[in-house]
Amino acid sequence: MGNSGSNGRASKTSPKALRWVIDSDFSQGRDVQQAIISAVEANRFSKDNVFAVKLSLEEALINAIKHGNKFDAGKKVKVEATVTPKQVEIIIEDEGPGFDRGGVPDPTLDENLEKCSGRGILLIESYMNKVEWTKGGRRVRLLKKNEDK
Amino acid sequence: MPDFLGYLNMAETVPSVSVVHDKDVRIVEFTNNKILDEANIAEIGQTLSALVEERANPKLLLDFANVDHLSSAALGMLINCNNKVKQRNGQLRLANIKSQIIEVFVITKLNKLFRILPTRAEAMSSFNQ
Repeated sequence: MGNSGSNGRASKTSPKALRWVIDSDFSQGRDVQQAIISAVEANRFSKDNVFAVKLSLEEALINAIKHGNKFDAGKKVKVEATVTPKQVEIIIEDEGPGFDRGGVPDPTLDENLEKCSGRGILLIESYMNKVEWTKGGRRVRLLKKNEDK
Repeated sequence: MPDFLGYLNMAETVPSVSVVHDKDVRIVEFTNNKILDEANIAEIGQTLSALVEERANPKLLLDFANVDHLSSAALGMLINCNNKVKQRNGQLRLANIKSQIIEVFVITKLNKLFRILPTRAEAMSSFNQ
């Protein structure tokens, strides 16, 4: 269903956004991840791009649930995904204190290589075409285009 | 012919890993391609720790043939395993990693930390006696 523009031609229908509000719970995060990946695959993303979205999405959800909300049962994570054959846009927002992106150590430095954590953001930013952190780090917008590398 | 020890999961779900020993090398094969997501990582980490602590100078080979997905939490588990192997003067090799997963190691520069070989046979040959 689209709205007619002033010239009488119907405008393109905006893709419908999928939305969830989940608890700070990994299994609910996995359900959301699976739903988004199913939509991405249904839109014929390439295997490499599906891999990129799956990995980045998992990292972002884990960050929201574990590092943002600290598994607080009283805090929610909001997820929104808009999928087309050309791209997927995902927005994830937690209710935590936020963080300073600039303050996150570079995990690829020699002194950090043997640390067991701290790679999630690097992976997200490596695999997505665009990553935007807003609301003090509580909200992240991920954009992945379904293009060849 | 390596003996098959197998890893029995009390909950009767698909085992996370299977363990085979070939001479003094413990070969760990991930048996579920979704294995390296958050839910299973702690369990696998405990299994690997037990193998490392089994003997002095442990030799451990991790076979990634069935792995299609890997999170940063899984990388952390592998680093923890590597640290324990080093503490016990052991050797760790990773093998049969698919190209998409290799890319994750390259992006994180963990290909500098781990000894990664293309095949199980090459990994077996690379152990110092």
